[in-house]
Amino acid sequence: MIGVGKIKQYSNVLDKPLTKGKQEVSLSAFAFLFSELVQYNQTQVDNIGELERRLEDAGYAVGARVLELLCHRDKGNRRETRLLNILSFVHSTVWKVLFGKVADSLEKGTEHEDEYMISEKELLVNKFISIPKDMGTFNCGAFVAGIVRGVLDGAGFPAVVTAHFVPMEGQQRPRTTILIKFAEEVLRREARLG
Amino acid sequence: MPPVAPRSGDAIFANVERVNAELFTLTYGAIVRQLLTDLEEVEEVNEQLDQMGYNIGIRLIDEFLAKSNVSRCNDFRETTDVIAKVGFKMFLGVTASVTNWDADGTCCSIVLEDNPLVDFVELPDNCQGLYYCNILSGVIRGALDMVSMKTEVTWLRDVLRGDDVFELQVKLLKHVPEEYPYKDDE
Repeated sequence: MIGVGKIKQYSNVLDKPLTKGKQEVSLSAFAFLFSELVQYNQTQVDNIGELERRLEDAGYAVGARVLELLCHRDKGNRRETRLLNILSFVHSTVWKVLFGKVADSLEKGTEHEDEYMISEKELLVNKFISIPKDMGTFNCGAFVAGIVRGVLDGAGFPAVVTAHFVPMEGQQRPRTTILIKFAEEVLRREARLG
Repeated sequence: MPPVAPRSGDAIFANVERVNAELFTLTYGAIVRQLLTDLEEVEEVNEQLDQMGYNIGIRLIDEFLAKSNVSRCNDFRETTDVIAKVGFKMFLGVTASVTNWDADGTCCSIVLEDNPLVDFVELPDNCQGLYYCNILSGVIRGALDMVSMKTEVTWLRDVLRGDDVFELQVKLLKHVPEEYPYKDDE
């Protein structure tokens, strides 16, 4: 029998050594899979808000695990405890691992103290997506917003995270902004830590 | 002009855009988790995963044929060989092997030793009936459907159930003759 016994058997998934994170699959494979995630969820909802919420839920499950994985593999089980550090971790480390590059920008909201924005000219999940007119402002970036919320929540920075299209001059496709609005307790704790 | 030589799985994979396998793995895990929450029975989840795979397969075959330069396969044996050596490598970055052919060449096993879908995965006790990677059987079935081969794809072995490899049995049910969408005399 070809190949029998080449996989080392582990009685428990926790005994199995973690991958180095260098393995890749084709972008098409991910795009097809993500397309099915969106289409399946379309059959489960009545409106756009509900669809975005379900995509965000799926993303949250990814984000929570990404945080565990990266903290264990790259940071010796340490987690960021300061607001700007965790934002920088998401914008650079998490983005680079998941999407192969650092996010285009990380900015503080001008109108509200508790808001931050991560912007991306072309979000990976939106690469092969075209939104029909009847679906209005629907943004598949809700999945990525969920990932961000999962990471932040797991690190102890609860926040409301949403994805929005922002039109750009001279560009056919709008960029996507992930808007992060932190819970009041996070800002209070940050002020206390000075 | 001479026909373009078919490309190896490695050559294609080296030239396509790629993403981190962990994003793919965790996204698939999130899908399975959502299905388990939404659907009552594990068997329904298996069916839904197979259907999702089928939906992917009927679209994925176009990209496969466009990028691989594979010409028409002579028989089912050659077809499964191309799936294992080129298809799996091109999309998932892993290579499979084909074994256990029956006498009339209509049934075989595709054996996967490496499977990016199952990193970080362990089946809980209440999911022992779940074929976690059932999406793959749907993909193969859907892709072959588009090239006129009706097949039945079933799991024989599964690492998540304690086996040493993943083994898919692919059975050719019938070769559908190709029909043109028009009549010659029109």
